[in-house]
Amino acid sequence: MRSIRMVTLTALLALGVAACGGGTTKDTVSSASPAAPASSAAAKADPNAPIKEGLKLAFLPKQINNPYETIVDKAGIEAAAEFKGEAKEVGPSDASASSQISYINTLTQQGHDAILIAANDANAVCGPLQEARAKGIKIVSYDSDAAPECRDIFINQASSEEVGRSQVKLLADMIGSKGEIAILSATANATNQNTWIEFMKDELGKPEYKDMKLVKVAYGDDDDQKSFTETQGLLQAYPDLKGIISPTTVGISAAARYISGSKYKGKVVLTGLGTPNQMRQFVKDKTVEKFALWNPKDLGYLASFAAAALASGQITGAEGETLKAGKLGERTIGAKGEIILGPPFTFEASNIDEFDF
Amino acid sequence: MTTAAAPPEPAVRARSARNLVDLVFRARELSLVIALAALVAITAGVNGNFLSGQGIEDILLNTAILALLAVGQSLVVITRNLDLSVGSVVGLVAFVTGDMLASGWGMVPGIVLGVAIGAVCGLLNGLLVSFCRVPALVVTLGTLYVIQGVGHFIAHGRQINAVDLPPGLLSLGNGSVLGIPYLPLITLVVMLAIGYYLRSYPSGREFYAIGSSPEAAGLAGVPVRRRILVAYLVSGCLAGLAGVLWLARFGTVIADSANGWELLVISAVVVGGVAITGGVGSVYGAALGALLLTTIGSALVVLRVNPFWQQAITGALLLLAISVDRVLALRVARLLRRRSRHG
Repeated sequence: MRSIRMVTLTALLALGVAACGGGTTKDTVSSASPAAPASSAAAKADPNAPIKEGLKLAFLPKQINNPYETIVDKAGIEAAAEFKGEAKEVGPSDASASSQISYINTLTQQGHDAILIAANDANAVCGPLQEARAKGIKIVSYDSDAAPECRDIFINQASSEEVGRSQVKLLADMIGSKGEIAILSATANATNQNTWIEFMKDELGKPEYKDMKLVKVAYGDDDDQKSFTETQGLLQAYPDLKGIISPTTVGISAAARYISGSKYKGKVVLTGLGTPNQMRQFVKDKTVEKFALWNPKDLGYLASFAAAALASGQITGAEGETLKAGKLGERTIGAKGEIILGPPFTFEASNIDEFDF
Repeated sequence: MTTAAAPPEPAVRARSARNLVDLVFRARELSLVIALAALVAITAGVNGNFLSGQGIEDILLNTAILALLAVGQSLVVITRNLDLSVGSVVGLVAFVTGDMLASGWGMVPGIVLGVAIGAVCGLLNGLLVSFCRVPALVVTLGTLYVIQGVGHFIAHGRQINAVDLPPGLLSLGNGSVLGIPYLPLITLVVMLAIGYYLRSYPSGREFYAIGSSPEAAGLAGVPVRRRILVAYLVSGCLAGLAGVLWLARFGTVIADSANGWELLVISAVVVGGVAITGGVGSVYGAALGALLLTTIGSALVVLRVNPFWQQAITGALLLLAISVDRVLALRVARLLRRRSRHG
């Protein structure tokens, strides 16, 4: 028994080393000057303060093997080069609530100027983040927020309301605001999904959509096979279905793949949130006409600039302050320290080839 | 039987006993077929589309990959071992093969590469279990994580998209010949070949002998280590093939696509009547188990049952299957004992 446990332990340790070794440091943009020591917290914002050179930023995604977060973080690391900063990505190999804590502690000890985090759990990361802030490190959350009192700024990819409502509009345009529709979501308890679905339902309540009927919300658990089965089930159980909204990248690509090889191609309209690379094939073979997403590269870029502005004292995270974000222009900080990236972008056959992510 | 002087009774008795065992376990597969038929009948009664051409095609396509893995796994389980690494192998192969195909490799080299990676993983498992004598559970749990880690390392957060793959591979995933999709056809051929080998070749029967009693099999001259190595090798190769098929079917893959599938595969094998203690069962049963689990999943969706019930039903079915096996085994043992006493 003891030897079994030892071997298991060794195997698990081996995994940890293999997984972390694979992606601890993905990319480092060299800086012109050596890193400056962590700046002390500026009490007051000075909009005209120059961005300091050699700022050290660290991206901490939900997990390092997530393709979407890889795109975000890479763009953020590239953006750091624009203001002569130094950025890197570190993170856990699993997206569990507590897996980011040790990374936050390490980054704090290493004396970074800012930590950018996509929180796996809004509260689990709170304590360590507070300790980091106590040492003058600025915290920017992106993609998935930490509790507001534990970070300086949250970069929201798009307002939940805008995402929910725009998805319904997108589908309504394609099916002439008429017929039965369904939603293929991720897991039944995913907070962002459920918020979007609430806004979709609210939008559907408007008089212009009175002929559209939401018949079912299905859950594909962000799993290919499950999303396949759920799509099949929806189409069998509701033969009159006219459209499906899948606001999750795994769901929409699985549904598109299934529909592209079935008799439903051309009869059922599919839309949702997906990445251009994932959906290119299905836009080209005309399974999908239009879908939406924010630009994850812009998300990383904006987060990087926000972190730099915070660390340089240009902003403090208070409502109403203005952030100058390079090529993206200016963004105003909203309530609870939130900055919204912008409205979701619609991809279709005419523009999809301009994007590569 | 070579000497005419030998009394005929023992041979007859042995044969009738064997028939009895055969009958009981064929009844096991029959009960699966009945359960499946009842499930399909009820679902089709509620929604006729379930049995439409598209509906049947969907179920066969959904089952193909799971059944292929179950066939490989049952070979390992029959020898009283376990292969937990298959889910990781599928993920690794799907990603690496996809990566190579996206960079311009041909279909055939791609498939060969996929199966070869599976073979290497299977060989590693087999060597550790059979020659190093480490318990299968521990070895394959270890390789599960190691292979997954290698996959993450290679993928580095990347993703393979349908548009990068050659059209030939994608049509393998949802194309068909004479109305039968390729995927289930491949599974069927593999299942029949392995099923025939296990049943009709002396070396095939030795897998059962090992599972019934490794010590006795060893004393009887069965090359135990070599057979176990082969079982893992076959399981690995089939997991590699399943990885290629996964890529063909879903088009979009990340590093650990089939994460968690090892338990689903083992469930299919056990529900299909392959005893987890080894020596009993067939690949046909395992494939039927996969078909039943998949059909339950599809039927629950069509019947609009709350998805939260699906896992609970799979679990209940597992417990039922194991209980039935236990009761059957006890009853057969008792019958055999009584016969040998009275005969």
